[in-house]
Amino acid sequence: MTTRKRGSERPSRRAFIGLAGAAAAGSLHPAARAQTTGAIRDLGETPSDYGRPSPFEESKRWSRAPDATASSSNTPLADLEGIVTPSGLHFERHHTGVPAIDPETHRLTIHGLVDRPLVFSMDDLVRMSSVSRFHFIECSGNSAREWSPAGAPNVQLSHGLASCSEWTGVLLADLLDEVGIRPEASWIVGEGADAGLMSRSVPLERALDDVMIAYGQNGEAVRPEQGYPLRLLVPGCEGSISVKWLRRIEVAHMPSMARDETSKYTDLLPDGKARQFTLVMDAKSVITRPSGEQKLDGPGFFEIRGLAWSGRGRISRVEVSTDGGRSWTDAEIEGPPYAKAFTRFRSPWRWDGGRHVLMSRATDDTGYVQPTLAALLEARGRSTIYHNNRIKAWEVQESGEVTNAEA
Amino acid sequence: MPRRSHTAVGMRSPTGCAGVPAGLLKETREAAGLAPSLFVALLLLAAGATVAGASEQTGLGSEPTAEELAAAGYTVFPDGKGLPAGRGTVSEGKAVYQQFCAACHGRNAQGEDAAALVGGRGSLTSERPRKTVESYWPYTTTLWDYVRRSMPYESPGSLTNDEIYAVVAHLLNLMGLVAEDAVLDQESLPTIEMPNRDGFVPDDRPDTH
Repeated sequence: MTTRKRGSERPSRRAFIGLAGAAAAGSLHPAARAQTTGAIRDLGETPSDYGRPSPFEESKRWSRAPDATASSSNTPLADLEGIVTPSGLHFERHHTGVPAIDPETHRLTIHGLVDRPLVFSMDDLVRMSSVSRFHFIECSGNSAREWSPAGAPNVQLSHGLASCSEWTGVLLADLLDEVGIRPEASWIVGEGADAGLMSRSVPLERALDDVMIAYGQNGEAVRPEQGYPLRLLVPGCEGSISVKWLRRIEVAHMPSMARDETSKYTDLLPDGKARQFTLVMDAKSVITRPSGEQKLDGPGFFEIRGLAWSGRGRISRVEVSTDGGRSWTDAEIEGPPYAKAFTRFRSPWRWDGGRHVLMSRATDDTGYVQPTLAALLEARGRSTIYHNNRIKAWEVQESGEVTNAEA
Repeated sequence: MPRRSHTAVGMRSPTGCAGVPAGLLKETREAAGLAPSLFVALLLLAAGATVAGASEQTGLGSEPTAEELAAAGYTVFPDGKGLPAGRGTVSEGKAVYQQFCAACHGRNAQGEDAAALVGGRGSLTSERPRKTVESYWPYTTTLWDYVRRSMPYESPGSLTNDEIYAVVAHLLNLMGLVAEDAVLDQESLPTIEMPNRDGFVPDDRPDTH
C-alpha cells in the first residue's frame, strides 16, 4: 500500500493528471470543484486487487512463543464489532504447521463401512448442494489461564481462542448419503493433510446432524490457517474436532482413540478418571468493552459490549453486573441469535467515575447458565485444563484503567 | 480414476425412494391426479422423511481403485483393525528410539524438550498429575497410530512399519508391560493392556448446576 503525506499542500503528479482528465471530460469531480474554491485536496488511492484494513487500524492476532508443537494465535476480541471474526484475525491452533495445498490436486476420500468408497475433488464438492451458516469455533483450551481467580489481563489472552465465521460447504450427511453407510457404522474418523495427519473421531449421530465440510469462510475460500481448501466443521464442539485440511473420512465401528482424543482434550477429575469426548462447548460470555488494558477517558456514558455463545444451541439471555455480581441486569441481545454462533450483547452504562467490577453471565436455550469459577472447581477439581467457561470479571479503576479482577 | 456411473453404484431413483420402480410411482401419481412436485413431497412425508432433509444423490465423486484406496491412508483402531503387517523387537526398538526419539524425549523417555513418555503411574489423583503414555494413554494402538502419523516430529512418516512396532515394543518394555524378548506385530500389539485402560468415562456434563 502506498502512503501519502497527509495535509500535503501541493497536488501530487497523479492528482494533477486526474484533474486534467476530469476537466477534459467536463465532469464535476469533487477534487476539481475543490480547486475552484482554492482548497486543494489530494485524490485518493485507485482500486486495488484485494483490500486491506486502514493503515490506522492495528488489530492483530497474538501468537504464543514459536514452539511448533504448541503453535497458536489469539483473536483480538476487544477490537471486533458484531459477530463475525475477520478471516485474517480468526484464531489459529495447529500442531504441525500450516500446509500449502493446491486445490486442483486435493482429494477427499470417504471409505470404511460404506457401500461404495468415493473420492471427491474440490470441483465435485463445490457442485453439490451447499449451505452457509454462522458458527463459532472455540479451542477447548481457550481460557486455560482463567483457572486462577484473576485470570488473564486482557480478553485476547483470556478468550481469544474463539472466533466466529460464516462457513459455506456441504453437509456431511449428504456426502455420507452418497457413499451409503453400513448398519454397523457408529463413528466417523476425520484426517487432515497436515504433516502430522491430525485425526479425530466424531460420533455418527452428530456427523449426520449439522456437521459440514466447509470450503468457504466469510464469503471467500477458507483461509490456509483454517484448513484451505477443505475442513471439517463440527458446530458447537471443541475446535480440534473440526479437522482442517481434510483429506480422508473413514466410517467406522468405534472411535480410533486418536492421541488428540485420549492423551489430549480429555478432562482429568479428582478421582483419577478422565472425561472423554467432552465435545460440546458450554455456554460462555465475556465483556469485550470495557475490558482489560483499556482505559475509560472520563465519567459518563459507555456501552458495555460483549460476546456470548453456546455449543448447545442459541443464547437466550445475557445478564450484566457492574457491582461484582451483587446485582444483574438483562443485556440486549442482537438477534435473532444463531445457534452455535457468537451472539453480540449490549448494555448501556453511565460510569460514575468510581471503582466497578463488570461481569457477564450467559444462559442458552437449554436453560444452561454460565457458571462461576468456584462452581467449576467444585465440580471438576483442579486438574482439568480444558472447557473453562467461567464468568469473567473486569475491574474499572477510578483512573479509568481496566484490569482483570478476581471472581 | 474412473468417473462413477450412476447405474454401477445403484443410484436411487430421482424421487429419493429406493427400491420403488419409477414406472409404478408415475402410475400412482397420475391415478391420484397430483402434480409431480406435490406427489414427491407427499411420498417423502409418508416415508417418514422430511422434505427439507431429502436430498438426491448427485453421482459426483469417483470410485477409487483398490490401489488408490490403499494409498489414501488408513486408521488404526483399539481392537487392532487397521494395523498393517510388520514386526519389531524391543532391542531393535531401542536403537530406533536412540536414533530418532531420544534427542527430544530423553534417553530413557523421561521427557526433555518433548513430553515424558514413561512414569507417572499413581499420580493421576495427586495435586500434580503426570500424564504420560504409561500413566494416561488407554491403548497401545493409540501409541502406534500417533508415532505413525506424527513422529519423529521433524520428519513424520519416515519410519517403517517394522520400526514403529519396534519402538513401541521398546517403550512398552521401559514401562514394564512387555518382556525384554517381546516381539510386537498386528496380532500381539492390541492384546497388551495399558495401565489406564479403564481410566476414561463418558461426558456427563452439564455438571455445574
